[in-house]
Amino acid sequence: MAAPLVRIEGLTVAFDGAPAVRGVDLAVHPGEAVGIVGESGSGKSVTWLAALRLLPAKAAVAGRVLLDGRDLLALPLPEVEAVRGGRIGMIFQDPASALNPVLRIRRQLGEVLARHRGLSGAAIAAEARRLLDLVGIPDAARRLDSYPHEMSGGQNQRVMIAMAIAGQPDLLVADEPTTALDVTIQAQILDLLAALRRELGMALVLISHDLGVVAETCDRVAVMYAGRVVEMGPAEPLFDAPRHPYTRGLLDALPTLDAAERLVAIPGVVPDPRAMPPGCAFAPRCAHAAPVCLGAEPALRATLPGRWSACARPDLDLAAPPPRPPATPAPAAEAVA
Amino acid sequence: MTAPALDLRAVARAYGGGRTLFGARPVVRAVDGVTLALPQGRTLGIVGESGSGKSTLGRLALGLETPDAGHVTAFGAPMPAPGTPAWRALRRRMQMVFQDPLGALDRRIPVADQVAEPLAIHGIGAPAERRARALDALAAVGLSAAQGGRYPHELSGGQRQRVVIARALITDPDVLVCDEPVSALDVSIQAQVVNLLIDLKAARGLAMVFISHDLRVVRQIADRVAVMYLGRIVEEGAAEAVLRDPRHPYTRALVSAAPAPGRHRRERVILSGEPPNPAARPAGCAFHPRCPVAVARCRSEAPALEPAPDGHATACHRVTPAAERAA
Repeated sequence: MAAPLVRIEGLTVAFDGAPAVRGVDLAVHPGEAVGIVGESGSGKSVTWLAALRLLPAKAAVAGRVLLDGRDLLALPLPEVEAVRGGRIGMIFQDPASALNPVLRIRRQLGEVLARHRGLSGAAIAAEARRLLDLVGIPDAARRLDSYPHEMSGGQNQRVMIAMAIAGQPDLLVADEPTTALDVTIQAQILDLLAALRRELGMALVLISHDLGVVAETCDRVAVMYAGRVVEMGPAEPLFDAPRHPYTRGLLDALPTLDAAERLVAIPGVVPDPRAMPPGCAFAPRCAHAAPVCLGAEPALRATLPGRWSACARPDLDLAAPPPRPPATPAPAAEAVA
Repeated sequence: MTAPALDLRAVARAYGGGRTLFGARPVVRAVDGVTLALPQGRTLGIVGESGSGKSTLGRLALGLETPDAGHVTAFGAPMPAPGTPAWRALRRRMQMVFQDPLGALDRRIPVADQVAEPLAIHGIGAPAERRARALDALAAVGLSAAQGGRYPHELSGGQRQRVVIARALITDPDVLVCDEPVSALDVSIQAQVVNLLIDLKAARGLAMVFISHDLRVVRQIADRVAVMYLGRIVEEGAAEAVLRDPRHPYTRALVSAAPAPGRHRRERVILSGEPPNPAARPAGCAFHPRCPVAVARCRSEAPALEPAPDGHATACHRVTPAAERAA
């Protein structure tokens, strides 16, 4: 396999002493689509905000983020700013708040083109129009003179994507890019991201809580829980036959359109970062927890070729249905420390 | 046969109109001629995207808003005007659960006191009895007395939504209208709350209107489903039939667009364009500009919602007419 485009090594992040990311190792190869899946508080967004130096100063970040052999965490800030929007483009969940409401689209796209591509004057206008065409905005020439509030959420997200690819990035980091959009518009945006990736040969990191979105879009998936990657592997086998009980639990908790069956919820809530349980962070909610899980926190280990899992009981048969939960929820299981 | 819990006949509600400093304000027909019935003890799912009018329909069903046309009956009697004593009395029997539990709770008051509040408003019981009933309601949603003593910010998102459900249940209502009740919750917690609602519905014989953009969640909880597009129902029927065998092209697109792990990169119907502005409703069938199978007739003539013999109704010129289907 070719050398990775970006390699995250031993990344940790803490806010006021509370750990948010607790040792993440992750590589993104040229042209591949990697999905980062997890629930709120899993550290999936913080990992990439930290990697791109977008966290506030109070965040304590350690580890290495290597791009072309340079460590983004150690570079002077102006050099990191040249990478952001240049080699690495970014889009976020809420396009309305990421765009400047008082500037026309022409001006906002133009700034990126001037800064990262060194374009000016007529070249900017032509390239801005080409980008809006590329992301499927009809009547691009006229739309350049629009303000964000004059366009729909889906169109604003297309503008965000145009700005993110304006610097011709090798990697696009998309954090919940379709979460704020209606499902028919979500399908359009996912289709656009896949088409752009094919045409531009760009790698994609898709951060999402939505397993379906990630399964349809990504080649490889990393599942995060409580600040760590608990399972990683190619998307299809990972979702067909997960090796970590948390991944199995997430899939079982998803309702389907095929049948109205009682959902298998994961009991309890994610641990408080200030009061992490001993051993495996998922053990208090895990149907398969055993004494071995309360010892050292299990490391991410290769199980099959290309498959990684951080479970102290790697030989579990997760194809078997988990024990059914009781009909009434148990209050004690959800106690917050 | 008992009267349905809720019966909506050709209800319509429009906003806007009139003039402002800046000229005429467009009229938005949020709900445009909707007929629906909710039998007692059953659950009706209402699905649609933003601007479909599904939340407005929920407020009309509860009598929080008065329709401009058509009428709403609750338990066989006309819906009283908002604010009247009869309306307030009906509120005890019909409660609402919203999407955002943090916005629905007062952050300065312990949650058990907030759960007891509807009893005080309706003048039910002495303070000690209210307190006991609040703890019962919290226990019914899986929260302890100790958790009842906490403030909203000391609870997780899933626990706060349980508090909101407990507060809605404390007057022992017959109807619960839930507007996106689990949309703000993580998958593992969402499953806990959906299971809770299914259990409560079974245990109390609640009738429920479940409004959501999430077809999968609706499938788990609803007996019947109505699909809305720009203020009108385009398809209505048994949940299993509508979501497994959708007939309207819009429902087909919705079902195929909802991605799921395990169903690998299957054929997706990707609609072109975006939902039109509700203030500029297209002529004919409102869906025709985005519809992959539209014909000339769809551009001029609005299709009526026609039930097939199996009770599955569709508003589409291109769906096989009921007579042929029966033959």
